[in-house]
Amino acid sequence: MKTEQTESVLLDSPKKSTKEPVIEINGLYKSFGNQEVLKNLSFKLFDGENLVVLGKSGSGKSVLIKCIVGLLRSDSGIINVFDQNVLTLKRKELDDVRQKIGFLFQSGALYDSMTVKENLEFPLKRMEKQLKQKEIDEKIIEALENVGLPEVLNKMPSELSGGMRKRISLARTIVVDPMIMLYDEPTTGLDPVTSDEISSLINDIQKKYKTSSIIITHDIECARMTADRLIMLQDGEVYEQGNLNKFEKSTDLIIRAFFK
Amino acid sequence: MKIIIPVKRAKEIALHHTIKLSEKTLAKTKEAHNFLTDFADVILFIARLIRETFSRKFEVREFFHQCFNIGYKSLPLISVTGTIMGLVLTIQSRPVLANFGAETLLPGMVAISLIREMGPVITGLICAGKIASGMGAELGSMKVTEQIEAMEVSSTHPMRFLVVTRVWAATLMIPLLILYADALGIIGSWIGANIKGDVSFVLFFSQAFKNIDFLDFIPAVIKSFFFGAVIGIVGCYKGYNAGRGTESVGKAANSAVVLASLLVLIVDMIAVQVTDMLVK
Repeated sequence: MKTEQTESVLLDSPKKSTKEPVIEINGLYKSFGNQEVLKNLSFKLFDGENLVVLGKSGSGKSVLIKCIVGLLRSDSGIINVFDQNVLTLKRKELDDVRQKIGFLFQSGALYDSMTVKENLEFPLKRMEKQLKQKEIDEKIIEALENVGLPEVLNKMPSELSGGMRKRISLARTIVVDPMIMLYDEPTTGLDPVTSDEISSLINDIQKKYKTSSIIITHDIECARMTADRLIMLQDGEVYEQGNLNKFEKSTDLIIRAFFK
Repeated sequence: MKIIIPVKRAKEIALHHTIKLSEKTLAKTKEAHNFLTDFADVILFIARLIRETFSRKFEVREFFHQCFNIGYKSLPLISVTGTIMGLVLTIQSRPVLANFGAETLLPGMVAISLIREMGPVITGLICAGKIASGMGAELGSMKVTEQIEAMEVSSTHPMRFLVVTRVWAATLMIPLLILYADALGIIGSWIGANIKGDVSFVLFFSQAFKNIDFLDFIPAVIKSFFFGAVIGIVGCYKGYNAGRGTESVGKAANSAVVLASLLVLIVDMIAVQVTDMLVK
């Protein structure tokens, strides 16, 4: 509906106009069989910003970030991550790009058969740059301290609560020092207090690791706490985008349904 | 008596039957399409498995971990079933052989049937139940909880890390488990022979192995590698291609057992035919 406003909206925030885009998406299409999930989607994620993508279930939010990391292959369009189109990259090049991206899955996706320590070791041992065990241990402790759970090092994921699993999953994501963070519904299934803690962590991580983030959510409190800029998806298209103030004051019924 | 049907009614009936026939044809075509698609998927899966096996980075550590899981952790089950297999075979065969005064042939007969057929097939079926279902359920739940995708975004090839290691571990460990079951089966048979008799361990073993040569042994070992590969591939394929819901984990495990057991029997049948042709 309002995609033509894209450029003007981007200029709303002085922060964005001065920074380079780290992710640039143009004319993205993705369908599953006859069902079109993303239709001509275009937007940019600027260096150092938290971009919240809102939308109701089935609007294509999760599909969008899975396309960005190459977990799903879009039908057409361009997805530039650090000026490299992920759709044309070979496996090795895609792996290099993925090492710059942290992905927090909706379910946490901790490896059940591994302890917390092994979960955090796993991505570190698979990095291009080989680290010594001592460096790995230091990074693990640092990441766990950053999410406030240094004491669960040798526990299994099944021994942790939902909120703790989410934090550990976040620790596993930040342990490799990503430049971009993709959060897939980070507060889903959590109580309001834990949700707020996770939202605060997202902000802390942005400050500490200087990351640029895309946060997929339909949790308005999380959006309020974390967003520098918001995009609303509706039926696979950008319905509206702008800063939080613009969304809060909007009289559009679809937006009001979220921000009531 | 002639029944007269109005033309309009006759046309309706003809149309009804034509539609029904078309629906049936469509359903059959869909079934055939699904079957061919599944078959193509399996071929592609095996092709990827082979390609990833010979890629530069073989996951050695995970391979040994899986060997431990498949081999060592199956020992208690295989020990019990192997021993019972030999024991029962001896108790059942003894009266028949006694009728012909051929009790001295018992160790040799049990050893040959265990090594040639009973050991590989029964152990194969038990492994299909334990290992294929375990793989189906484990990989299926990893798929449902996005762990496989998490692995992929960590620059790890899930196919290489999860599937290649499991399939090769099963291919190597299941023959060892079968040999182990055979050995315990012969011990079980000796125990069975001693329930109503008194045969020394050394005498029983020398009698058993006097009747066995390499032609009994080698085909059984070769087919057991195929059993291992089939069990590994089916378990991993079903788990790796599980659907999205939690229900699909159960389905993956269940269909892995059924298909792996069926394929073990089919491979055995082919192996027996091939061995028979070659030995002649």
